[in-house]
Amino acid sequence: METMTADEARAEARTLRASLRRAERRRTLRGLGLALPLILFTLVFFVLPIAGMLVKAVQNGPMPDILPQTSALLQQWRASEERAVPDEAVFAAFAGELRAASQNRTLPELATRLNFENAGYRSLLMSTARRLPEAPAGTWRDTFTGLNPQWGEVSIWAALGRASPRLTDGYVLAALDHRRDDNDHIQPTDPSRAVYVASLTRTLEISATVTLLCLVLAYPLAYRLATLPESTANLLMILVLLPFWTSLLVRTASWLVILQREGPLNEALQWLGLIDQPLQLVFNRPGVVIAMTHVLLPFMVLPIYSVMRGIPPNYMRAATSLGAPFLTAFRRVYFPLSLPGVTAGCLLVFILAIGYYITPLLIGGANDQMVSALIAFLTLQTLNWGLAAALGTVLLVITIALYFVYTRVVGTDGMKLG
Amino acid sequence: MTVPNDAFVTFEKVRKTYDGRTLVVSDLDLEIRKGEFLTMLGPSGSGKTTCLMMLAGFEHPTSGRITLGGRSIDGVPPHKRDIGVVFQNYALFPHMSVLENIAFPLSVRKVSKAEMEQRARAALGMVHLQHLADRKPGQLSGGQQQRVALARALVFEPVLILMDEPLGALDKQLREAMQYEIKHLHERLGVTIVYVTHDQGEALTMSDRVAVFNEGKIQQLSTPKELYERPQNAFVASFIGENNAVLGTLKSASDGTCEVETPGGTLRCGLIGEHTLGTRKLVSLRPERVRIVDDTSACTNVMPARIEEVIYHGDHLRLRLSTMSVSDFIAKVPNAEGGRDFVAGQELKIGFNTTDCLALDAPARN
Repeated sequence: METMTADEARAEARTLRASLRRAERRRTLRGLGLALPLILFTLVFFVLPIAGMLVKAVQNGPMPDILPQTSALLQQWRASEERAVPDEAVFAAFAGELRAASQNRTLPELATRLNFENAGYRSLLMSTARRLPEAPAGTWRDTFTGLNPQWGEVSIWAALGRASPRLTDGYVLAALDHRRDDNDHIQPTDPSRAVYVASLTRTLEISATVTLLCLVLAYPLAYRLATLPESTANLLMILVLLPFWTSLLVRTASWLVILQREGPLNEALQWLGLIDQPLQLVFNRPGVVIAMTHVLLPFMVLPIYSVMRGIPPNYMRAATSLGAPFLTAFRRVYFPLSLPGVTAGCLLVFILAIGYYITPLLIGGANDQMVSALIAFLTLQTLNWGLAAALGTVLLVITIALYFVYTRVVGTDGMKLG
Repeated sequence: MTVPNDAFVTFEKVRKTYDGRTLVVSDLDLEIRKGEFLTMLGPSGSGKTTCLMMLAGFEHPTSGRITLGGRSIDGVPPHKRDIGVVFQNYALFPHMSVLENIAFPLSVRKVSKAEMEQRARAALGMVHLQHLADRKPGQLSGGQQQRVALARALVFEPVLILMDEPLGALDKQLREAMQYEIKHLHERLGVTIVYVTHDQGEALTMSDRVAVFNEGKIQQLSTPKELYERPQNAFVASFIGENNAVLGTLKSASDGTCEVETPGGTLRCGLIGEHTLGTRKLVSLRPERVRIVDDTSACTNVMPARIEEVIYHGDHLRLRLSTMSVSDFIAKVPNAEGGRDFVAGQELKIGFNTTDCLALDAPARN
């Protein structure tokens, strides 16, 4: 064989690499082409809305556009340590811009935003703008306090100040039941108005309960299915999947019928003599948990079943032949091998449960509403999209954090979704 | 090797059926001696694995009795039988390291930690894999996994080891190496091994005795040599090794030898089975015992033949011949120096002695 010089060998290796890249590139491009529609879809309908939500959660509102000069001045004012009512320059700028806003009809938008800071700000702003004179009677400050003495209070100006920057942490703080006071220090919200943390906790509680219940119900079922002959198992699997064939709303409504005071469940229990009085099963927590467990159960059964199907029966036989009684063999061999399915199932059910809306709304009572109901309320009723987005963001962060904890515990390769 | 003559494992009239109609194992009697390496050999569906699984306790006889060390084990659950099983595809626990796998039988027996570690490492040393103790089974090659499975089945010093086609998933070279390794382990440890395979080469190399299974029955139970050289019936003759079969009728019989009338002429051969003159016989003849001869040959049986095909095999040539109304008669000719050249179409004579061929009972005509 001919001996090559080092240079020739290097050149040869280079051309080889280049042709490999060329060959691979075509394959990569084809793969990308196949995935392209989905990538575009995901981008437009999933990534962008989420990004939009994240932006909304910290976007302050229209004030810097409507009152640019006042906003700039107020931000300087916020920098000072001791807060007092701002000086004449701020009043003068505010007066000019307020009149301009009133004329080009941007004022209601601003009023809505400020009303989130201080209930009552809307009427204060609108009435002031209506009665504001062309020129000040004395100082602008006296003119304003003359129209409404509230303009002499620090808290009114602090609220205006909080609305002045382009970005704010106010919504995220509010979602966590905190607020900035007149000196911009973070304080817990007044307990009578603190509803968001409680709602988040409740959401996590209900989701955890449902996940646990699903696991307890699904694991033995999946084991049974996995040990049956494939044809029988497939038949029974259809029964597991049957709920998927009805709409969520219909299923929830039927639970409402089944669980109500005069419903078939209560009547059956009474007929059997197990209870004297009908049980209260709707418009409370048990009802929500029962209905959600039913709806989400297949999401737990499927991953566990598919993992269990993949465990060769020889493992249990081997463990037994090596001297382990059934329970020991199950605990030390079968169960650890089925964990990837358990993990995937729990994650799936938990994440789906966190976002539940319609079931708690129909079956739950006032104290069983989950955070998505609050988000819907904020989005549709009060139009406080910033706070709604902040709540969504908090939920997203919790979900991602849980996912990371999960994968840290079991490892991504230890999880199988199907 | 000395084999004590007491029965350690016995099958007594064991029957097994899954559907209530066909017997997978029918009226099986078998005695396995202590320290013996016994192979159950047969085609798939012959009942050999079922027998092994009944012995391990994963299946139960429909009727009959299995004893181990003189006691019936019908009611003994698998985990109390103290039988080590090596499974097809090894069945190593993928979530445990190699050492944990091997220590598993000790840990369920509540052996102390220190002793467990020491014994598991010793077992690992026995199969020369000390350096892989902390790997996961998925990181090992097939042969290494096989050895770990072996160490795991041996580590708790079971009274009996069962192996269910343990080498089936390995390539040819590795399979042969493992055959010797298992055989040596058996000789060193003196443990009783029952081995199931469908590979006759494996059975002949490793076993003290081989039980040939077909249709739920043991066709023959004897040493590998006996099995190969004196098969008791046509099934065994054709299943073990290569075999030429020539049909004929029994013409005379005396003292273990006989004459069989075949389409090509009369053959003198050893006699097994039916002695009645005129019965249909199947003459079984190993390809390597067939010689290419000339007219002056001293062979008892000399027959004309024609070469249909010559196949080159390196160390030997295989000639496909037509002779005695058989067109796929195989003769193995050593590829020695100065050997003759053979070409298809050539006419020649083949010869073999009385001791080279056996007249067996012909299977019933369908």
